[in-house]
Amino acid sequence: MLLLTCRRLTGFAVATSLIITHASSAVAHGFAGDRFFPSTILTPDPFVADEMSLPTVIINPPSPDGSRAIDIEAELAKRITPDLGFTLSHRWERLKPAGLPAVTGLGGTLDAELDYQFLVNAPHQALGLIGVSAGFGHTGRVQALGAPDFTTISPVINFGKGFGDLPESMPWLRPLAITGTVNFGFPTKTQSAGLPNPNTFNFGFAFQYSLEYLQYHVKDIGLSAPFDRLIPLVEVSFSTALNRGFGGQTVGTIQPGVIWFGRYVQIGAEAIIPASRLTGHGYGGVVQLHFYLDDIFPNSIGRPLFRY
Amino acid sequence: MRQFLSQLLALAAPSVPAAGAQAHAFLNQAVPPVGGAVPTSPKEIRLTFSEGIEPRFSGIEIATGDGQPVATGPAVPDPGDDKLLVLSLPQLAPGQYRVRWHVVSVDTHRTEGDYTFTVGR
Repeated sequence: MLLLTCRRLTGFAVATSLIITHASSAVAHGFAGDRFFPSTILTPDPFVADEMSLPTVIINPPSPDGSRAIDIEAELAKRITPDLGFTLSHRWERLKPAGLPAVTGLGGTLDAELDYQFLVNAPHQALGLIGVSAGFGHTGRVQALGAPDFTTISPVINFGKGFGDLPESMPWLRPLAITGTVNFGFPTKTQSAGLPNPNTFNFGFAFQYSLEYLQYHVKDIGLSAPFDRLIPLVEVSFSTALNRGFGGQTVGTIQPGVIWFGRYVQIGAEAIIPASRLTGHGYGGVVQLHFYLDDIFPNSIGRPLFRY
Repeated sequence: MRQFLSQLLALAAPSVPAAGAQAHAFLNQAVPPVGGAVPTSPKEIRLTFSEGIEPRFSGIEIATGDGQPVATGPAVPDPGDDKLLVLSLPQLAPGQYRVRWHVVSVDTHRTEGDYTFTVGR
């Protein structure tokens, strides 16, 4: 996502935003004990799942050079076994440089990720996932939209923790949960079009407050539909270059918003606030429609390909 | 497009099932209320879920505030409502109690939860 706000700025921004694009391709529908973790828009989820985001519409903040971009993303998450899954995602993009005609087409990269669920701790509402993702070069319009001409490989660790195990004396904190990701991005080319592609360190978090958990697990405060299925949250994501002349430069966004979840879908909406001058200026927004395939098609595509 | 929107609304609506599909069962209502207090011992615990549940794989347990189980019979579904699970209770002494529930919705998704309530003196 940040690619759009930074691509015209520096080669570093291009490279790091690739990783943020991975981070924005969130997945899943998960439980740890009685904690339900929604699929978050920016932060990758700490569980494998059978789900689909279609569409995710992103109106990016203006880039430092004044260009504006809109992304429409699609993502499919599929379990191979109950603990092993993969995701595929890509996006269509409309870029409007300042004073120039708009350009459209596939932007960024086709992303694929293989994940393994190594931790589900019900009493402590904890989740852990490791994986490796690849953003494949030449799968977007390189010349017109600045899509990468190189592949980026990223080992990934995602985690989640609900705070429902806090003491009863802290009832208002128990609906809190946090999910997060830490990963490194390794481009397969050290430079593109004369600009270096640095390795990157990427991290992000989603701070969530589940009104569903408050109402049905902690204290009945009289919430009814649709408010009893709301999860206000703040997501943050950052990417820092590690080498090739850009060491220490960081781009990132802060995204406050809300998620509502129903029986088969969830809807999310967030504002996008650049966290640094390198990222852009002004504000943007994102909305996402997300389908729980495991609930819609529990006996076919909504279940793991193999069970053991 | 209109058909797509209609199907989309059907998927989103909490009370409109999509053909052939059920979802995870979330707790929708609890009596006694979650985190609440009742003046006298309740006769039963009534938990209403968002989906129909499979009673053979669903249950409710209750324990005192210090973790001692309260002897009860099994939880039973309401004959007229497959989303309602009922646990009959013995006379409860004043104090705090913890209710633990687990249900399997009819499409085999499992969910669980717990909450506390207080019986007054």
